[in-house]
Amino acid sequence: MVENNNTKISAKDVDVFYSEKQALNKISMDIKEKEVTALIGPSGCGKSTFLRCINRMNDLIEICKVTGSIKVDNEEIISSSTDVVSLRSKIGMVFQKPNPFPKSIFDNVAYGPSIHGLADTKSDLENIVITSLKKAGLYNEVKDRLNEPGTSLSGGQQQRLCIARAIAVNPEIILMDEPCSALDPIATAIIEELIDELRLNYTIIIVTHSMQQAARVSQKTCFFHLGELIESGETNKIFTNPDNTKTQDYITGRFG
Amino acid sequence: MNSTLTQERIIALRKKRSAQDLRFKYYGFIAMCLALAVLVFLLYSIFSRGFSAFQKTTILLEINYDQEVLKLTPNSTDQEIEKGKFFKVKKNALNNVFENLSKSDAKLIKKLFSTNIDKEIKNYYIDNPSVLNTTQKLWVTAHSNVDQMLKGNSRRDVPEDRRKLNDIQLSFIDQLVEEDRIQKEFNNFFFTRADSRHPEIAGIAGSFMGSLLTLFVVFILSFPIAIGASVYLEEFAPKNKLTELIEVNISNLAAVPSIVFGLLGLGVLLNVFGFPRSTPLVGGTVLALMTLPTIIIACRASLKAVPPSIKEGALAIGATKSQAVFHHVVPLALPGTLTGTIIGLAQALGETAPLIMIGMVAFIPNIPTGITEPSASLPVQIFLWVESAERGFQEKSAAAIMIILLFLFMMNALAVYLRNRFEKKW
Repeated sequence: MVENNNTKISAKDVDVFYSEKQALNKISMDIKEKEVTALIGPSGCGKSTFLRCINRMNDLIEICKVTGSIKVDNEEIISSSTDVVSLRSKIGMVFQKPNPFPKSIFDNVAYGPSIHGLADTKSDLENIVITSLKKAGLYNEVKDRLNEPGTSLSGGQQQRLCIARAIAVNPEIILMDEPCSALDPIATAIIEELIDELRLNYTIIIVTHSMQQAARVSQKTCFFHLGELIESGETNKIFTNPDNTKTQDYITGRFG
Repeated sequence: MNSTLTQERIIALRKKRSAQDLRFKYYGFIAMCLALAVLVFLLYSIFSRGFSAFQKTTILLEINYDQEVLKLTPNSTDQEIEKGKFFKVKKNALNNVFENLSKSDAKLIKKLFSTNIDKEIKNYYIDNPSVLNTTQKLWVTAHSNVDQMLKGNSRRDVPEDRRKLNDIQLSFIDQLVEEDRIQKEFNNFFFTRADSRHPEIAGIAGSFMGSLLTLFVVFILSFPIAIGASVYLEEFAPKNKLTELIEVNISNLAAVPSIVFGLLGLGVLLNVFGFPRSTPLVGGTVLALMTLPTIIIACRASLKAVPPSIKEGALAIGATKSQAVFHHVVPLALPGTLTGTIIGLAQALGETAPLIMIGMVAFIPNIPTGITEPSASLPVQIFLWVESAERGFQEKSAAAIMIILLFLFMMNALAVYLRNRFEKKW
């Protein structure tokens, strides 16, 4: 594996509060470009909260307050002057439950490029949609029914449609919040393969409950517990020889 | 502890519980049957009373369109025809209903006919100018008293001084019936005319149009405002004390008695802003104010029902908040919003009290053609007819209730259709 040292995202002392309750405590980490970083940890440990800080989706939660610093490409994003819309066009997100729009498959993928004005003509748009669907490994399955509703697809296909939708706006980073937790093992395997391919072009951060999945798809792993980042590092090392006993206990299934 | 005893107790309790279950099921069934029975009784009493209003009684009259009597020629202009002496023609015809009528009998005969028959005779001539100088047999509208007597709504076995028709008139009617010169036919007047002092020619077209125009005003005013308010409150407004206060007060406004809105209309719209009295414009504005809270509540409920994941999906690919709301949330909520609006309109359709306050209770004998013309509305028309002493209006009011029920039923059917047709599953 080729190592690279380009830091894409750099978090420093990130605290998150839901009203009075502190959900994340002084999280600092660097995320490398074009790698898959897995965030693992027991339920409620704050890994999804951290993920949603990166594209500012926590803004939607009224009582949520984020302090500290997260830099994407050396640009501060935890600030009131951050342009959230352009940030989110740079950082795609795939949710836990597939959430295609109740529109056609084509419109699902075309929505992002059309609101951002990425396509000048209709054929440009078609090209973007087809390339995105191809990149998401869905094109061959849906090429004859692009006008059918996205909701008519199976769960795994819907999730890949959501990945295509995220890719279509040309992001650099893709955040995945337990993308396979609602899927069966076969669909999960397909998505995992896809993540492996996408890694070549995108920086991917994936929250997962399955340690096997983290071990399979990621290069770096971060272990969260009770709002703190316990340990982070090479996936191989975390899973074979962790420094921290808590990490050891978690990955061997003693709690969580 | 004796285990068989415990076992028995558990079985006994279980029996008791299932008996309770069964009892409750029967209570529910009985309650439903009672409600249905009341509904059937209500519908039966309305339909049995109102159905006869869809028929009118007509009497065959021989009319001699004599050129000399009418003072018309085949080349007369429309204005001349308008001034033609049709009442003289009518008088001749009435005098010849039966042979050798005395003067007093002729007077009594005249009262068997509607006052509208001059117009009917004239209109027949306007439609068929070639009948000049011929004698035509024409079915003309009978007076409401005759109509009611023949429909069995008023009784003929009461003493003469308590009847609208005296014995001589009754014998005339009997003679007409015997000679097949009296019949019942479809009451087109009921559907084509506005209110009248004479029951036999009063119709609901005026009040129906009034209601339609009023509902139009209600829709135009309340739908955009309700959508705007509910989208703002649901998606954009910060959650603070002020918006909380507004939300609570919207719910409170929905429970305000409608007559209060009528007073508001009278005090503010009529007296301060000088809106034209008794018009669909002011009626619609008042009813829009009244139904706004209901529609806003329904709109917010349907906006809330859109899963947040759809909005999150849009935001996550860089849609602005208003794009996420208007491209995704509002279209998905639209069927629910429309349903809520139609339910609100149905409420507005049946409302009487606020319209009385703003003067829509006036007697309007014309069919309105615009929202600034005085007009009646269906519920107020029913109110007016129920109040009036003439027996002929009783069946009219029941028939108007049937029409308003049909109108409501159709609006609700439309709401159900829209919901089923456009609701999207996800």
